[in-house]
Amino acid sequence: MKNEKIQKIKDKRKKEKVTRRNFVRTFLFTFASLLTPPIVLAEEKIKKTRAWILGENYNPYEHHWGMGIDINKCIGCGRCADACKKENVVPDEPFFFRTWVERYRIYDGNQTVIDSPNGAINGFKDQDQENRNLTRSFFVPKICNQCENPPCVQVCPVGATFITPDGVVLVDDEYCIGCRYCIQACPYGARYLHPETKAADKCTFCYHRISQDLLPACVEVCPTQARIFGEVKKKASPLVRFLRMNKVRVLKPDLNTEPKVFYANLDMEVK
Amino acid sequence: MRIQNFWNGIPEQIRRLSIVLLIIVLLFIFIRPLFIPDDFGKYGHFRATAVDEIVALEKKYAGQEICFDCHDDIMELKYEGYHKNVACEICHGPGTAHAEDPEEDQLDAPTGRGYCTLCHEYLPSRPTGFPQIVSASHNPMEPCISCHDPHDPDPPEIPRECNACHAQIARTKALSHHLNISCTFCHQAPEEHKTNPREVLPSKPKSREFCGQCHSSTISDKKGIPKIDLITHEPRYVCWQCHYPHLPEAR
Amino acid sequence: MQEIVEHLTPLLSEITGYIYPNEIELHWGLLVVIYPYLTGLVAGAFILASLVKVFNVREVQPTYRISLLTALAFLIVAPLPLLAHLGHPDKSFEIFLTPNMSSAMAMFGFVYAWYLMAVLLLEIWFDYRQDLITWSREKQGFKKWMYRILSLFSTDTSEDALRFDRKASKIITVIGIPSAFLLHGYVGFIFGSIKANPWWSSVLMPIVFLFSAIVSGISLVLLIYMIITPLRGKELDMGCLDKIASYMFYAMIVDFSLEALDFIHRIYESEESIKILGEMVSGKLFTSLIVVQLLIGMIIPLIAITFIKLFRQTPPELRRLIYFVSAILVQVGIFSTRWNVVIGGQLFSKSFSGLTVYKMTFLGLEGLLVSIGLLVLPFLILYVLFLMLPPWMEKIKS
Repeated sequence: MKNEKIQKIKDKRKKEKVTRRNFVRTFLFTFASLLTPPIVLAEEKIKKTRAWILGENYNPYEHHWGMGIDINKCIGCGRCADACKKENVVPDEPFFFRTWVERYRIYDGNQTVIDSPNGAINGFKDQDQENRNLTRSFFVPKICNQCENPPCVQVCPVGATFITPDGVVLVDDEYCIGCRYCIQACPYGARYLHPETKAADKCTFCYHRISQDLLPACVEVCPTQARIFGEVKKKASPLVRFLRMNKVRVLKPDLNTEPKVFYANLDMEVK
Repeated sequence: MRIQNFWNGIPEQIRRLSIVLLIIVLLFIFIRPLFIPDDFGKYGHFRATAVDEIVALEKKYAGQEICFDCHDDIMELKYEGYHKNVACEICHGPGTAHAEDPEEDQLDAPTGRGYCTLCHEYLPSRPTGFPQIVSASHNPMEPCISCHDPHDPDPPEIPRECNACHAQIARTKALSHHLNISCTFCHQAPEEHKTNPREVLPSKPKSREFCGQCHSSTISDKKGIPKIDLITHEPRYVCWQCHYPHLPEAR
Repeated sequence: MQEIVEHLTPLLSEITGYIYPNEIELHWGLLVVIYPYLTGLVAGAFILASLVKVFNVREVQPTYRISLLTALAFLIVAPLPLLAHLGHPDKSFEIFLTPNMSSAMAMFGFVYAWYLMAVLLLEIWFDYRQDLITWSREKQGFKKWMYRILSLFSTDTSEDALRFDRKASKIITVIGIPSAFLLHGYVGFIFGSIKANPWWSSVLMPIVFLFSAIVSGISLVLLIYMIITPLRGKELDMGCLDKIASYMFYAMIVDFSLEALDFIHRIYESEESIKILGEMVSGKLFTSLIVVQLLIGMIIPLIAITFIKLFRQTPPELRRLIYFVSAILVQVGIFSTRWNVVIGGQLFSKSFSGLTVYKMTFLGLEGLLVSIGLLVLPFLILYVLFLMLPPWMEKIKS
């Protein structure tokens, strides 16, 4: 009797083991076979996307662009703002700027006066500031900071603004619905609504130029090399040297937007 | 049969609502892909063609290098002078159209006094040492190019006064107690500084005793000048760490 | 293009201090002020309705269906100011095609759709189903078919089915309360998550939006009830009115506390933006913030209703008058709140060194006329809803 019972229990246990083994085997097999196609497909996709060619021969995955601005060199001539409007066909009116230059005049008693007449397209005029004593004064070119962690891209509801693999934030003006959320989200005031396309617009680092071995228009015309353009990582480029030789700052670092426009000799009054 | 029983077992309201829901979901699933642009999402959450469209935009500025192809003589002249880094297109305007068809699209250049002053007009905000003039008093009415070749803008005469380039400092000093002290009293500038300003720099005083020539209490004459004891007055610092020599704030 | 240039050019001389050149155009104007105002009314009206269903507050039963229909009318109109304000309303469907998951605005499209379909329409359907069937049997012609379609051709009026209706209604309301919170809290999040703007960027923003929404929604239903009932020749239920006013009062206290907290916190922390914000509040925003939002829209109604609560012998006529006037003041105050948040956030420059102006136009898609139309439209829709689905059947469901 007892032997029979023991045998029954043994048989039962064996059956359970077998069924358990079956279960585990089936499960693992299903799991693996379900996962393999997506993994393979994903790898294929990554390989394919890294081979994106724009224009003649430009692969955005091979570059990463940034800009350096030396405040000590800027003379406030405004040629950069003027060239930008011409190159990118930005409306002439004083309400739409992809780049502009600000003048800071800091007087005794830490009183600061900032101005940017028509974005400095026609330069600056000296205005007599009564009898105040100027402690510091300088020009600051401003531009879209092409942030690595762009708040504007984060908030676009439809995917009309995006960051390219080479680090440039662009706007697809045919897809943009004109909700203006990105304009609100930009801490630097770099964006505006284009009055004709009714889509958001901003500096593109002259993407149509840099993808063909040219410099952005503002860098091209700067007479004092206050603006430096180049690669941010690894390669030998003027920007890499700029970042080595200068103590650099970015605008509003506390917002963690990770801008790629680096200022050398920036003053604390510049927001 | 079992499905039918199941279906009939659900309350009538849910049956009707689930049909409506099914219709909506099916509509969404099938209509949506029809409208999404084909290349959306290929390289990220955006329309890939948009980047191609941006890359294909028309260029207006040609870049300095292209001018060299035809105008190498001017380029070589400019290469040696002060305007080495001033791009041709700053004065001559966007040049791509001209580079593509030189006869069809001629470029012109500003000849009046209004353009050069965009860079060279005196502004206190400009960096010290950048060549600036006060156009109202600098050969008024004469076009700049009548004395300065824009491709090699050497001044026809070497500047006599320091304030030709250092107008900001000169103006500040002119309102201060030090107005009658000439620049050269404190700064010895070799002649070459006027032609090669960034390489050859003027000297600056090195010690407290220099200022002490006038301001030390041991000097008996020069009345009216504030005097301090050189040994005990803030011996740790040199004078100009507190007092801006061009606008000394003795108070 | 000419229009914009003409609109912006006179503003150049009205700037004080320094603003970034692109900031001269104030991007979110009156239309975007109206939008949170409308969704707030939706959320608030629904919360009042939920008091009946979930918390069994019998006194406000007369306003149950009114609240639901009000919420529906305003919810239908809510997307219209947004559409009108877009640069390309013709492409607005892109939000549903390729929503950017990290964008609060994109996700809001789905929150709105969820609330409309899964909560509000379902709730109304379950509540009205029995009546719809009854009306479809009684009426003739076009109305008969309308009710048949609205009831989704349902015919079951058995006890089981009715019990199921009531249970479903309760479940939906329970889901609906957090959904209503989500609906309007989300709008607060759309503003509160903008780190670039210190006037908006705040953890409290969704909560403040929500409670001011509750206040405005409750006061709206109060107003509608007080206007509709005499128009129908019926007596106002004072118990109901007192209860609604009570809830409005409690909600106002919470709302006021939250706004006071935000204010105190801001001043105490005294961050970089405090100077320019202080300049804005004491200057351009003084009338709409201190006078209208605070004094007229909050303090005076609070005092008035406190008065009623303290002196319990106030005659019904006086109470009705005070409730009515308070409700109107509250509406004005909450609209002003939305104005101060939306417009206020754009009046100061992100350079923290200057202020700009907002010039409202009268005509044009973004003008006052269209906005007034959009505020009137929900009442027209509500009127139609009252005709189609009369909320005052004598059967009171428990």
